[in-house]
Amino acid sequence: MNKFKKIFATDSYIVPLVAILLGFLVGAIVMLIGGYDPIAAYGALFKRVFGSPYDFGEAIREMTPLMLTGLSVAFAFRSGLFNIGADGQVLIGMTAASLIGIKWAGLPLFLLVPLAVIGAGLCGGLWAGIAGYLKAKRGINEVITTIMLNWIALFLANYIVRNFLLIPGQNRSEDIPASISMTFLNSFFDNARLHWGTIIALAAAVFFYIYLWKTKQGFEMRAVGLNPHAAEYAGMNVGRNVMKSMFIAGVFAGLAGAGEVLGVFHYQAVFAGSPGYGFDGIAVALLGLTHPFGVILAAILYGMLTYGSAGMSFNADVPPELIRIVIGSIIFFIAAQGIVRWVLKPFYFKRKKEKVL
Amino acid sequence: MDVLTLLGQMLNTTLVFSTALIFAALGGIFSERSGVVNIGLEGLMMFGAFAAAVGGYYAQDAGYAGMAPWIGVLCAMAVGVIGALIHAFASITFKADQTISGTVINFLAAGSTLYLVKLLFEGAGETPLIDGFYKYKVPVLSEIPVLGPGLFNSYPTTYLAIILVIVVYYLLFKTPFGLRLRAVGEHPSAADTLGVNVNRMRYIGVMLSGMLAGIGGATITLTTTGTFAHNTISGQGFIAIAAMIFGKWNPLGAFGAAVFFGFSQAIRNYVQQFGWSQDIPQEFIYMIPYVLTIIVLVSAVGRSSAPSALGQPYDPSKR
Repeated sequence: MNKFKKIFATDSYIVPLVAILLGFLVGAIVMLIGGYDPIAAYGALFKRVFGSPYDFGEAIREMTPLMLTGLSVAFAFRSGLFNIGADGQVLIGMTAASLIGIKWAGLPLFLLVPLAVIGAGLCGGLWAGIAGYLKAKRGINEVITTIMLNWIALFLANYIVRNFLLIPGQNRSEDIPASISMTFLNSFFDNARLHWGTIIALAAAVFFYIYLWKTKQGFEMRAVGLNPHAAEYAGMNVGRNVMKSMFIAGVFAGLAGAGEVLGVFHYQAVFAGSPGYGFDGIAVALLGLTHPFGVILAAILYGMLTYGSAGMSFNADVPPELIRIVIGSIIFFIAAQGIVRWVLKPFYFKRKKEKVL
Repeated sequence: MDVLTLLGQMLNTTLVFSTALIFAALGGIFSERSGVVNIGLEGLMMFGAFAAAVGGYYAQDAGYAGMAPWIGVLCAMAVGVIGALIHAFASITFKADQTISGTVINFLAAGSTLYLVKLLFEGAGETPLIDGFYKYKVPVLSEIPVLGPGLFNSYPTTYLAIILVIVVYYLLFKTPFGLRLRAVGEHPSAADTLGVNVNRMRYIGVMLSGMLAGIGGATITLTTTGTFAHNTISGQGFIAIAAMIFGKWNPLGAFGAAVFFGFSQAIRNYVQQFGWSQDIPQEFIYMIPYVLTIIVLVSAVGRSSAPSALGQPYDPSKR
């Protein structure tokens, strides 16, 4: 209980909350300048998310890949790496899941489904591991390799879908028989595309927390992230930790890919350009202060906003891009905590005076 | 088609693709040499592309057709600087994590530019098509085989980019201003002791990066697309970051890397003309530049040499 109190006693939650409020405020001001009605717009946004069981389920569907890509970026961040490559890792995960799901369709489903999911995670991990390996062994900046690997993954995924999985005449793969949809929830959520990926994402967050803060290996990883030179001096193998961290980050992203093809679409499309999962993941990780549970909360917020923005444009005629301004502002205020503290200053003074009395 | 003509054409296309990358990578160098990570180049290019499209459109509308592209470039510079100021304000004044505030720029740019496009042009997804720049033939020099049609028959922005590479190199390595900028990025407390205003230098570095990335974005609307839409800037900012790192934060190196990326984009258009390329899946041809970059990094470049104070906000009390 004491620990619980400690988490909430610090201002670790006040700053993000105020930042979120300020972000909405900026969005409202932008809407007012553009001649829109912010109250109607935000109302439409929340109505879209909470208005019907179907929409609520779909909002959860929207949050799921965000949780996993957010965790991916955050995990790498904790060991001092900037993983811009979650996008490519998601694509590789997707492709692995589709490939296994379609090519080994003869297997019984109770084998095929876990194989496809694990295959997706492994391939995503290995893909990210390339960047980890190059960083560890060659000292090559992971930012540049993950950017390059994103493009390579895009073309590789398209190549595989086009040449091995395609329905002739269409721009997508065959249907994948392996499925992780939670069909038993269909009657509650009006056939929203909920799937086990959400549960996997929550489990991944728990794993993230336990691994980094409760195990020796995680301690090493954080040490490497905080100060690689000191970690090396203390006898830790920096290179191995870098590779391991990228691998695990890639596994998270790969699982996000598995969720999308096995749980949501049940096929894989040929992508004309980057699908953007990884870049959302960066935002979610930063919004969640790179803490696993923060990332989950951030993904919930981010998913609600992006899913709700469609309702905003439909019912209040506000361009849905506005939501990116809101999200950007929230991250801005979280990053520049000085501004938030400045806004909060009067309240803090009051509180201190009370304490003195 | 004979080989010389083909080479000339390829060089020309390469330079068209490289121009935006050169501007943005030079911008990135200014910011990162002063010690501020700029992951926001993508967003800054987006601001520039948007401002050029809108500024150019209104200038054309007002009857300044000949000057319109240049007015577009000026708008792009201004909007780029404004965007960069947000980054500078958060990361220098408020000591925010530079990676985070750079990401913020990407988000704000993606949101606000498209929001404004819909607002200004009654819900349209892209700006109206404008004329943009025309290629300018340099007299005499354009008669040289290969180089003539390749280099000396380009858009004005391409000439500007190449001249700027030399200017930036000179500025960074041969002037007191450049020395101060680099000092602030390598060892801010030492620079401070010697009387250099660290935060002011960093503000200048970041603002210059916004200006140049803005021009970079502008060149894409004014020479390639003619409009601004959600996919006008799709990853070029990140490629520019890669070019900057690839070029070891040196203007000449970044120029080389940018031309390399431009070349590999151009090669896509030409490789399909050869018979032997029919057997290679197009996706593998598309992959070439990115795979090559990694191979080159592995075999030749080795450890990258980032400015040593990169990413650290300057806090005089910790000196």
